[in-house]
Amino acid sequence: MSIYLKLIWAYLKIGLFGFGGGYAMLSLVQNEVVKNGWITNQMFTDIVAISQMTPGPIGINSATYIGYVSTGSVLGSIIATIVVVLPPFLLTLYASHYISRHSDSTIIKGAFMGLRPVVVGLIASAALLLMNKENFGSASSDQIISIIICAASFCVVFFTKVHPIIVIILAGTAGYFIF
Amino acid sequence: MRNLYLQLLLTFMKIGAFTFGGGWAMISIIEREIVDHHKWIEKDEFLDLLAIAQAMPGILAVNISVVIGDRLRGVKGSLAAAFGTILPSFVIILAIAIFLTPDTIKNNEVLTRIFKGIRPAVVALIIAPVITTARAAKINWKTIIIPVAVAVLIYSGLPVVSNPILYIILGATGGYIYYTHVTLKQRKEGEQ
Repeated sequence: MSIYLKLIWAYLKIGLFGFGGGYAMLSLVQNEVVKNGWITNQMFTDIVAISQMTPGPIGINSATYIGYVSTGSVLGSIIATIVVVLPPFLLTLYASHYISRHSDSTIIKGAFMGLRPVVVGLIASAALLLMNKENFGSASSDQIISIIICAASFCVVFFTKVHPIIVIILAGTAGYFIF
Repeated sequence: MRNLYLQLLLTFMKIGAFTFGGGWAMISIIEREIVDHHKWIEKDEFLDLLAIAQAMPGILAVNISVVIGDRLRGVKGSLAAAFGTILPSFVIILAIAIFLTPDTIKNNEVLTRIFKGIRPAVVALIIAPVITTARAAKINWKTIIIPVAVAVLIYSGLPVVSNPILYIILGATGGYIYYTHVTLKQRKEGEQ
């Protein structure tokens, strides 16, 4: 199967099952794209960083970047970006026309009741999968510094209202001086 | 302005170009532009449209632009709005993908050091929403088994069970069955 067909299939699935926002979608991208070896774990992490520092939703950003890198062409980038929004586009149009605002709320309420705890697990799996040597270094001295950066960044993001962009800039500056 | 299609396109392009991070950051700005500034839609209706956009899979910011565009000018309106939301981030990321390849980072000593610092911070950025979404989902000691099992099984890398799609399907159907058979029944019994 050509890389383009594989890309379309992967992003159709990511778009169709992408519930729970950008971070939850990351685990789908990991499963469809990183596992296939189209990009490395390290590149994937870098894309997340770049997505945070550039405008727009992470779902679009990762599709555009991965579409380009995996095919080496702008066409791949266009295809992945269109395909990731296509199933939700059609479903959303359908829903806004044919589902009256409240009639199907039992299905939606019930489904989301089950989806909410799953989404927590999806985001956790994305974080777990990124805690690896590619991101934390293989030398133990590098790993210790990386863990400190990770813990410090977590505290700043979690306990203060500092924007993630600032955290990334600070971590990058720290990396420049320490490594 | 004269043409509402063009206006939709430009408004959503502006939102797409100046909002960092998608999701809720974008929703509040979309609301300000569409409800407060342009007065295209009433606040109540915006909340109804948001509920539809949220219930659908995919990227929330794109979904909300689709329902707003559709509400104002039908399918063509939704295309204009969605295209506007997508275009700025597409152009910016494509430029980055072309010029900042993994090899550029590897071959540049300064960038290598900067990214070595950034990567662990990115992991932290993903750990934080685990806790905030767990709180929002009201996870307790009984239900914590669900996210833990999902995370461990996906992490395991085993065939079939490491596919996140499996848990999305199971979660949605399981939730629906539980809701209709347990929650609604309990509520009915409570009323009697």
